[in-house]
Parts: sequence; C-alpha cells; structure tokens
Amino acid sequence: MSTFLTNVFAGLALGSTYALVAMGFVVIYKSTGVINFAQGGLLALGAYLGYFFANNLALAFGVAILLACAAAAVVGASVERMILRRMVGQPPFAVIMITIGLLFVLEPLITAIWGFDNLPIDNPWNIRTVEVGGLVLGVRDLWTIGITAAVVVGFFLFFRYTSFGLAMRATAFDPEAALAQGISARRVYAVSWAIAAALATLAGITLAAGPAGLSPSISFIALAAFPAMILGGMDSAAGAVLGGLIIGLAEALTRGYQDELFSWAGSNVSVIVPYVLMILILLIRPYGLLGTKDVRRI
Amino acid sequence: MATTKPHRNLVRTYAQDLRLFGTPTKRAGLAAMLIVLLVLPTIVQDDFWLSVLIYSGVTAIGAIGLNLLTGYCGQISLGHAFFIGAGAYCAALVGGDLNLPLPLWLLASAAVGAVLGGLIGPFALRLRGHYLAIVTLGLIFIGEHLWRNLTWLTGGNNGTSVLAQPTIGPVDLGALELAGENYSRNQGYFWLVWALVAILALLTKNIARTRPGRALCAVRDHDQAAEVIGVRAGRYKIGAFMVSSAIASMAGALFGSYQQHVSPDDWTLLLSIQYIAIIIVGGLGTIFGSILGAIFVGALPALIDEYSSAIPGVATEAGGDGFISVFALNQAIFGLLIVLFLVFEPRGLAGIWFRVKAYFKAWPFSY
Repeated sequence: MSTFLTNVFAGLALGSTYALVAMGFVVIYKSTGVINFAQGGLLALGAYLGYFFANNLALAFGVAILLACAAAAVVGASVERMILRRMVGQPPFAVIMITIGLLFVLEPLITAIWGFDNLPIDNPWNIRTVEVGGLVLGVRDLWTIGITAAVVVGFFLFFRYTSFGLAMRATAFDPEAALAQGISARRVYAVSWAIAAALATLAGITLAAGPAGLSPSISFIALAAFPAMILGGMDSAAGAVLGGLIIGLAEALTRGYQDELFSWAGSNVSVIVPYVLMILILLIRPYGLLGTKDVRRI
Repeated sequence: MATTKPHRNLVRTYAQDLRLFGTPTKRAGLAAMLIVLLVLPTIVQDDFWLSVLIYSGVTAIGAIGLNLLTGYCGQISLGHAFFIGAGAYCAALVGGDLNLPLPLWLLASAAVGAVLGGLIGPFALRLRGHYLAIVTLGLIFIGEHLWRNLTWLTGGNNGTSVLAQPTIGPVDLGALELAGENYSRNQGYFWLVWALVAILALLTKNIARTRPGRALCAVRDHDQAAEVIGVRAGRYKIGAFMVSSAIASMAGALFGSYQQHVSPDDWTLLLSIQYIAIIIVGGLGTIFGSILGAIFVGALPALIDEYSSAIPGVATEAGGDGFISVFALNQAIFGLLIVLFLVFEPRGLAGIWFRVKAYFKAWPFSY
C-alpha cells in the first residue's frame, strides 16, 4: 500500500509540473490560436536563468525564482512581438512550424551559453524529505504541488475578477468583437506569451531543483506535456490541470510497477505512456476531456 | 497578308496546359538534367562529394513524400522519421536477412510504409491541424521506444547492419561493370538514387496534376467544402498518408542500404524537423521545390561536418574548443531556416524561382 501511495504522490508531483506547462500552452492557444512548441525552450531558458540568479548572483532561492519568471516573461513577450505577430492570420501549419523553429534555435543557444553539463541549482529543497503518517514525501514534490495549486487558484481569480483577465477571455472568445470594445489585442497576445513563459519557468525550476539537476534535456518535459494539454482539451485550463494530473499519475504508476506489470513492454515504457494514453483518448473524444468541439463553417 | 500564328508558348487547350514538358525550353531543361544525372558521377569521382549528393537524393525522395502529404493535402505530420526508420528496418530484414534483390526490398519497404501510413490515416480523419501534429509527434516517441526494444529486428540501441544489396538480376550497382569500365559503389548508388528521385518525382507530379491531386488541394484548402463538392475527403486523406509514408519508407530503405548500418538514433524528432525544413525551404506544394530543398538543406549537415574546423566557434570534437557543437549548429540552422523562410519567403526557393521565371517571361515589362 505504501509503495502505491508513494507512486501516487510522485505522480501528483510530476502531473503538477505537466499541468504548469500545459496551462502555458492553453493560455497561448486560447488567446492567439497558436500551439507553442517553443514552450520547452522557454522552460529550459527559464530554468537556466533561475540557475544564473540563484548560483551566479547568489540570490535567495525565492527571489531567484521570481526574477527568472520575470526575465522569461520578457523573453516570451518579445518573441511574440518580434516573430509571432508577423504570422497573425497565417495558416496553423506555418505558425506551428515557426514555434518549432524557435525551439530548435533556443536549445543550441542555451547549450552554447551554459554547456551540456549537469548543473546543480542552489535551492533549499534538495533531497530533503518529511514523513507524514509513515509516508516519506520529498519537500520539492510538496512545493511543486503547492505552487501548482496556488497558480491554479491565482489563474481562476485573475480570469474571473480582474479587468485584464476579462479582456483576455473576450479576446479568446471573439478577437474582432473584443477589438471593437477597445481591448488591445496586441497587449493580450504579449501578456499571454509572458504568462506562458513564466509558468514554464516555474515548471523548469521546480524540476531542476530535483535530484536530476539541470541539463539541456529538461526541455523534453514540455513535449510530454502536450499529451496533457490534448487530453484535457486544448482550450480548457481546467482540462490542462486534469490532463496533467492523469498523465503524471499514469506515468509514475507505470514506472513504479515496471518490473511487476510492464516488463513485457520493454524498459522505460513509462516514457511513452503519455502518448499512448493521448492517442487512446483522442480516438474516443477527439476534442479532449473538457475541450469544446469547434463548429466549422464552409 | 500572312496569317499571324499565335506565340508558340500560348496555351490554348487544357491538355496543353497539363503537359509536363510542353515548351522547347522545358524539353531542353529535361535533357540537360538527364545528361547531368548520367555524366556527373564520372566527373565528380570524389567519394565525399558523391556521398553528399547521394544523401541529398535520398532526402529528396523522403521530401517528395512529405510534400505530397503536407504541401498538397495539408496534413501536418511530425512523424515522417518513423516511416523512414520502418523502411530501413524492412530493408534490413528483406534485403539483408532474406537476401532478396533490390526491386523486392524496395517494394517491400514501400508496402510496409503504406500499411503503417494506412494505420495512422484514420487519426487524420478525426483530428485536424494542431491535434494531428501532436499525435504524429507521439508517433516519433512510440516508434523510438519500439526501435529500442524490438531487438530481434532493430538490434536495440546498438543498431543493426543493413545488408540489402543494390542488385537487379545480374547487375550489381554496388560494383558496376559496363563495357569493360568499372564503376565504384558511390557512382552506382548515385545513379540508382537519382534515377529513383526522377521516377518518384514524375509519379507524384502525375498524382498532383490529375484528379487526385486536385482533390488533395481541395481537402487542404477546406476539407468540409471539399466534401460538399463531392470529394471523398477521408479517402484522400488516408490515401495521401499511405503514398507519403510508402515513399518515406523507400527513402529509409535506400538510406539504410547505402549507410549499411542504422540505429534508433537516426530516427529522432530532428529528422522529421529536417524534412519539414526541407519542404518549407524548397516550397510547399511543389515537387520541384522538394528536390531543390533537399539539395540545399540535405547537403548542409555533411558540409558543416566536413568544414567544421574552418567555421569559427564550432567544436569539432567533444570537449574541444568552440562554444557550439556540430550537432547543435545543425539544429540551430534548421530552426533559423524554418523561421526565416516562413516569415520572409513562405513559398520557398521554388517561389523565388517562379518569380525569376515570371520576370523574364514578361521582360521588358514588369508585370
């Protein structure tokens, strides 16, 4: 039983990370209609910026996280301003490819600056654990879950009660009508990229603070967050959280029971569980669990 | 007064418009290309340059397949590398282990590719645009898992040797002997690969300019509107997937047979992205552009590898001087090419070529 609970806990922590990244996808997708493949690059960049603030400038970890989020948000907004804005109105293929191109430019840029080595990020969590009722829980995992929960609540409050949140919802619903009401679509687009980059940074730093440390391959976690977003439905923030948790749980449980139950499927089968799950669910619900079916006109 | 004849290039009938090599210039161009194809390997005998050209040719085949799917039918696929890998392993099995001749292992690979493409096709019916891109992205990772674990077929992480020989009956293209003259393996492969490029280009051009091609374009532009005017969108989407992945598998089979050894590291997301870069740089929805892009982009990694010591800031070996590795540089260049072409020249190299052609056609007028 305790192995099961440990696995579930690990799954929740992993799922929270997926959820953070997937919420970034959803924010950008809802407001601009773009799937952002460069999210992984932004995630890695944010994590490395966190390393820069925490280790090179020796700032307090909390301050480093905030500064990294702010810096990544600026990068995200300027990417939108300089490149994506030129692509407004282009077919989805072109825009997707632009973001893939960006990912492939960002990754070598990061390795050119910080190298391929595994860097330990200075943080107060490390491998510390607390024991709750016989269960050993990692402090970092608890923080990851806590941060995600806080972000989800913050998201809800922001979109529900602030005027800018309302402006973003209006733009997502109908960009032209929103423009007619005096909402600046440019600001909405830039802010959504900034939010997505900051979320990716949070995910990146919480990951990098773990035992695996910080390496360029950290950006792959964003690719695994795609299934989370698709599973939940591309235009639903609640779906992103739900999808993230389901995918995280499934992956952690497969990894936990690899030897007992999944040895027939080859080693490391947990890596592809998100994709298999996504494909199975898309066969039944092509618009994800909580996504809206889009109505198309001829 | 003598009756004035219309200009010889004036198109008067639909059949005339469809002709592939309708004008003397085009016929001369075709002849020139054929001569270059036949003569080039006897002039360029250097193994490095021949291998670059062979890899470009293999890439051109794969790119033609992807362009049919993405450029004509509008289905985004990030899973092209999966089908290429499947083709290579099929060649290893049929051509190497069973020791069958070239036409058979090539066709077997195409058949395997078509079947796999047909299995993925149904997803394209339910999903479109973004969803399809991500499902095909999943295909890359699931494929990689398969290649690493199906050790009897793929040799696992270490890879497997592909012993498929380029033999057609008594003719062995690996050690060609014609009229007392011996030709090297590279020369033989050059003729084989580029002849196949020509055949497949003709084949896909014929698909593209006839009824199925027009149906594909209709599906690309708006699949529901296409359904309304009587195009079976579903059938054409699956068909495009099958033909495209069959061609991709043939490219993979040739790649494996030429390289003689393949491993799962050959079929990563980067390969898919490279193909996408090729069709974007070359020009979406043009066969000619796929070949142009393949020569341009396909030759790039080999050239960078060869001349890396001459490029400042590139580390030639792990831990060497320089801030960027050859691999990372390749990746960055693909990324930059995709972004720059999409922003500044969305129609690719083919678009530039058409503009130049239109300029000279209308010369001295600017319209």
